[in-house]
Amino acid sequence: MTGAAPAPAPAAGLRATARIRAAADGRGGTALPLLAGEGPLALRRTRATRPEAGVVLVGAMSAPLGGDHLTVEAVAGPGAHLALGSAAATLALPGRGGEPARYDVSLTLEEGASVRWLPEPLVSVRGSDLRVRTRVRLAPTARLLLREEQVLGRSGEAPGLLRSRLGVTRDGRPLLDQELACGPGAPGGWDGPAGLAGHRALGQLLVVDPAFAGAPPAAAVLGEFAAVTPLAGPAVLVTALAPDALRLRELLDSARATYGW
Amino acid sequence: MSLAALLVLADGRFPAGGHAHSGGAEAACKAGRIHDAATLEDFCRGRLHTAGLTAAGLAAAAALGLDPAGLDAAADARTPSPALRTAGRRLGRQLLRAARATWPSPELDALAAAFPRGAHQPVVLGLTARSAGLGPDGAAQVAAYESVGGPATATVRLLGLDPFEASGVLARLAPDLDAVAARAVAAALRARTDGTDALPAASSPLLEIAAEVHADWPVRLFAS
Repeated sequence: MTGAAPAPAPAAGLRATARIRAAADGRGGTALPLLAGEGPLALRRTRATRPEAGVVLVGAMSAPLGGDHLTVEAVAGPGAHLALGSAAATLALPGRGGEPARYDVSLTLEEGASVRWLPEPLVSVRGSDLRVRTRVRLAPTARLLLREEQVLGRSGEAPGLLRSRLGVTRDGRPLLDQELACGPGAPGGWDGPAGLAGHRALGQLLVVDPAFAGAPPAAAVLGEFAAVTPLAGPAVLVTALAPDALRLRELLDSARATYGW
Repeated sequence: MSLAALLVLADGRFPAGGHAHSGGAEAACKAGRIHDAATLEDFCRGRLHTAGLTAAGLAAAAALGLDPAGLDAAADARTPSPALRTAGRRLGRQLLRAARATWPSPELDALAAAFPRGAHQPVVLGLTARSAGLGPDGAAQVAAYESVGGPATATVRLLGLDPFEASGVLARLAPDLDAVAARAVAAALRARTDGTDALPAASSPLLEIAAEVHADWPVRLFAS
């Protein structure tokens, strides 16, 4: 840890990792043999309906600040079912040294496991610089429901720089790999007619379900700025742009009611 | 690298079927998001740094000789829109026909045998560049240029935009084109040791959404 430094070290950010392991308890439920938060990444068990175990990330979310490196690692063992959420929105804030912050999420789903990763929105605050990396590895029989919501700036505020990559593999093969860069300092055109076109909230809902192999959901458009796209594997991705976080959530909630669980 | 071969491959008259595709410009014109040279330039810059960079990375990697099947799977994962996956494979099939007639090679024959329904266009483009004696830099340059040349040409037809203005847009993008090609080549070199994860995956949600909206139209001028 960096906390032992004798003098204030503005360049050294905070490093924290939250680790979760879910395992089938053999009685039709899911146990949590590992539930270890750290620093601003505190973990709480929540009431969940069997066979699912519920975990929520809580804490004074004054992080990530520039220079911080936060990591969430969750493993759902064979036949385990995990619902993972967050208590509040995550604010990406500027650091003192101007260096980027990192937020890594790693989800591993073993045979027959399911994970619902439904965090609250990520808000990119003016002056911040955050790199998000989400990696999901699924066994062929695993099921995933994943939501990502990104909001550019608090109400009426200009955004920071946000770079986010979502990579999902299934049985070791790439299923989805997408990288988004927006805000001041992002490559040109990010807010233009081939970019966000002035929208300030964007989100994705990904559902991976082996049952889709036989009957994949059909492609569909949900108005002018949202679409349902079946992927090249048993999965469907809903992508939406919206003027604000509220409208975005409405769109993704209705998609979740149709395709998720 | 043969500059002449690069010119032949990048020539809009090379019979690879690209003229039937607008690269999202038709949907953007209809929605009013492209309405003049300035908005076309903004559109092209955004497409170049997302879909263009991703295509250039795949093309450069194919030109370096990375496994085409792995690259094709990487292209699928980078293309959520089924309309764009279909368009990409159709363009790949058409390019492969032209390439096998122009620069015959056992590698192109093997690609055609492995992907009877067409491999993704950037993968075919990279192997075509390789057969034409071009390196990853040539392949990346062509892929990057195609990502903006298509929309610029289409917008001339869609809006009646002055062709001089469209060419001016492309000329102003030259530094961005060079930078994107260089990034793509650097990533492709890393992918030789680190796998396809090292390739760019830059994406534009709006281009994916608009491609699905466009595919729903009963009548359209361009296939995508």
